[in-house]
Amino acid sequence: MTIKLPEVDAVMVGMGWSGSIMALELAKAGLDVVGLERGPDIDQAERFSMPYIRDELRFSRRLELAQDPAMETLSFRHGPADTALPMRRLGSFLPGDGVGGAANMWGGHTWRNLPNDHRLRSHLSQRYGAKAIPDDMTIADWPVSYEELETHYDAFEKLCGVAGQAGNVRGRRIAGGNPFEGERSDDFPTPPLAPSLSSLMFADAARELGYSPFPRPVGNVSRPYVNREGVALGACKLCGFCDRNGCEANAKANPLTCVMPKLRGMPNFELRARAWVSRLNYDRKAKRVTGVVYVDTRTGEEYEQPAGVVVLSAFVFGNVSLLLHSGIGEPYDPATGKGAVGKNYCYQLSRFGIDLFFEDKYFNPFMGAPGTQMAIDDFNADNFNHEGLGFLGGAIITCGHGNGRPIGYRPVPPGTPKWGSEWKRAAKKWYQHAMTISLSGSNYAHRNNYLDLDPTYRDQLGRPLLRMTYNFVENDHRISEYCMGKAVEIAKAMNPTIMADPRVRRGDYDIAPYQSTHNAGGTIMGSDPKTSVVNRYMQAWDAHNLFIMGASTFPQQVATNPTGPLGALTYWAAEAIKTSYAKAPGPLVDA
Amino acid sequence: MPDQSNQSMDRNETPPARLSLNATEYAFISAVADTMIPADDLSPSGTDCGVAVFGDRQLASAWGGGAKLYRDGPFDKGEPEQGYQLPMTPRAFFAVGIAEMNTWCIETYGATFDRLSGTDRTAALTALESGKAKIPSIGGKMFFDALLGIVMEGFFADPIYGGNRDKVSWAMIGFPGLPAFYGDKMDEWRGKPYVVPPKSITDLL
Repeated sequence: MTIKLPEVDAVMVGMGWSGSIMALELAKAGLDVVGLERGPDIDQAERFSMPYIRDELRFSRRLELAQDPAMETLSFRHGPADTALPMRRLGSFLPGDGVGGAANMWGGHTWRNLPNDHRLRSHLSQRYGAKAIPDDMTIADWPVSYEELETHYDAFEKLCGVAGQAGNVRGRRIAGGNPFEGERSDDFPTPPLAPSLSSLMFADAARELGYSPFPRPVGNVSRPYVNREGVALGACKLCGFCDRNGCEANAKANPLTCVMPKLRGMPNFELRARAWVSRLNYDRKAKRVTGVVYVDTRTGEEYEQPAGVVVLSAFVFGNVSLLLHSGIGEPYDPATGKGAVGKNYCYQLSRFGIDLFFEDKYFNPFMGAPGTQMAIDDFNADNFNHEGLGFLGGAIITCGHGNGRPIGYRPVPPGTPKWGSEWKRAAKKWYQHAMTISLSGSNYAHRNNYLDLDPTYRDQLGRPLLRMTYNFVENDHRISEYCMGKAVEIAKAMNPTIMADPRVRRGDYDIAPYQSTHNAGGTIMGSDPKTSVVNRYMQAWDAHNLFIMGASTFPQQVATNPTGPLGALTYWAAEAIKTSYAKAPGPLVDA
Repeated sequence: MPDQSNQSMDRNETPPARLSLNATEYAFISAVADTMIPADDLSPSGTDCGVAVFGDRQLASAWGGGAKLYRDGPFDKGEPEQGYQLPMTPRAFFAVGIAEMNTWCIETYGATFDRLSGTDRTAALTALESGKAKIPSIGGKMFFDALLGIVMEGFFADPIYGGNRDKVSWAMIGFPGLPAFYGDKMDEWRGKPYVVPPKSITDLL
């Protein structure tokens, strides 16, 4: 029997970055807010404490902070004619478990999208002609511009204390920053982290070739910082345990550090952990949701939580599957191109780069954080002329040591055996002397890449699993090949003792090895209810009191990390709810 | 010729009490660990570094029992890019893989893997790595990857799990371990080898 609870003003489904920020903004505006989180609440002081947090096996290999596929996973196939099979263990991407979500395990990279990323289809059509965009490349403009989001990007950076070097503050160009970035209203909150030797060598070589290297912006504060909520963050210790681990220094930005201390003190906010939302109750006639149904994972009891506003703030897959389980919106059909729920699922091009070995350099690979990298943006997005290249989009090229954790990081030159005495000699010889130039490429939507429900496999609650139909396409392979060519030129200019064969991103998508947790799409934003799920305020076209947060709203994926735009969109949507929707509930954009 | 790699289990030393593996399985894992990590001037053998103890404990852990593994049917091999599709937990996977590898070793060399000479062990593992050794239920390559994975985890993980005895692998490559507070060291040590005796979790309790 479902226990019906008293109605609240707003309920969050998922308490990661967007759920926690939205909860705080709405609670500040005086709304009664409930935050539902499937996983546990986390006491950082206890759970992320020395010395236990420095445990590569527990966090990086056994993935203690990641979602449990035994409760809910998805199924996967390459194309619409193939049979999907369940992703039985995590690999390619790592959604989080518990308050803070995937941000507990992230590397902290916090970029803004480029202004042209916000008007992708219009921009490319204008520059290269509409025919330059292939028919099956279903990219779309964001219905919200960089300029409109700018103050919200700024707000998120000041929540995290992002460390970086600005390249364009109020139109003033600053040497050493990213020359391609959109105009910023303010500098980064904290200066860049101390760079590693490898990143400086890369930057020198890139500069000599005429490119513009800059420190990769990162949500690890480089010195003590008090954020916009009055929370004190500690300086990053460059411990090299960032990704997949929590941070004992309160230096890596995440909701537990940056938002929850303030939110927990709000009398009109209630956190309910171990509350797994199974569906939304949808009133199709009234075009609104009346609340959410969740299972208490401690007891198995089911509750209905009615709410004036429902915010979907789970990971990409949770957002899409909850719409499908609740019958909200029209599921996308790749055969007809009709329907929008599940459309434009995108990923990112990762796992490609070049390993370099320098006999006479000492890199101390264990000293660092993801932000001790340098990057170039010269071959990202449309920062270079694509005429005659046969593809659209691009990649960032980056370098630096983020960690030297030895189960995962044991560089040896090509041709070395994987075991035995010869391997041991090579592992010892090269540990200090290797570095990698990495690439991360954009992934533009394709009509056959989408999400729907699986006909066979079910989750622990008995619901059909979400089914991912996805593969890389020719455009992706060409990005990889072209940008790798540029990376190889930089690598050669660095004059390494040994240069391994470039690892080009070729072949079919493989869901087993880790790539990136930069999944996107499925509940995309747009200006037309027929081809998108939410409007420019992240409000669902089919339910005016339902707002959907996170990368599931991105119509395509950029080459950079998605958390910056995700945070900015949350502030943007929160403002719309507070200033417009709360006063006059109804559609904020006419359909 | 006497074979050094077979002598890692000192005959006078009582074998450690086991949590999950039976004696045959433990002998197999020990022999694999000693072949992948032979005793030489860089480190003691894999077994003497605790790698077999590590494997035994890991297979007795929640991970060994299939935690965070989706195990509902139906089962289908699928494409390699669809990832692991077997119904087995890691514990069952290793039990089956070890039994089938020993069968292949008996057919090929006349003895189980742990009873082979160092040369034959190396040849057998190489055959497994290249997919030549037949492991019908799993596939040779996949079983090899799992063995290499658990051996390297045991060699390089924090010693609290029973492997990496005396932080020997960390000292070997120059990984300082804990506490890893480098905020004030990056500038000072850039380009210079930062070498300290490694510390592990237990050292900081």
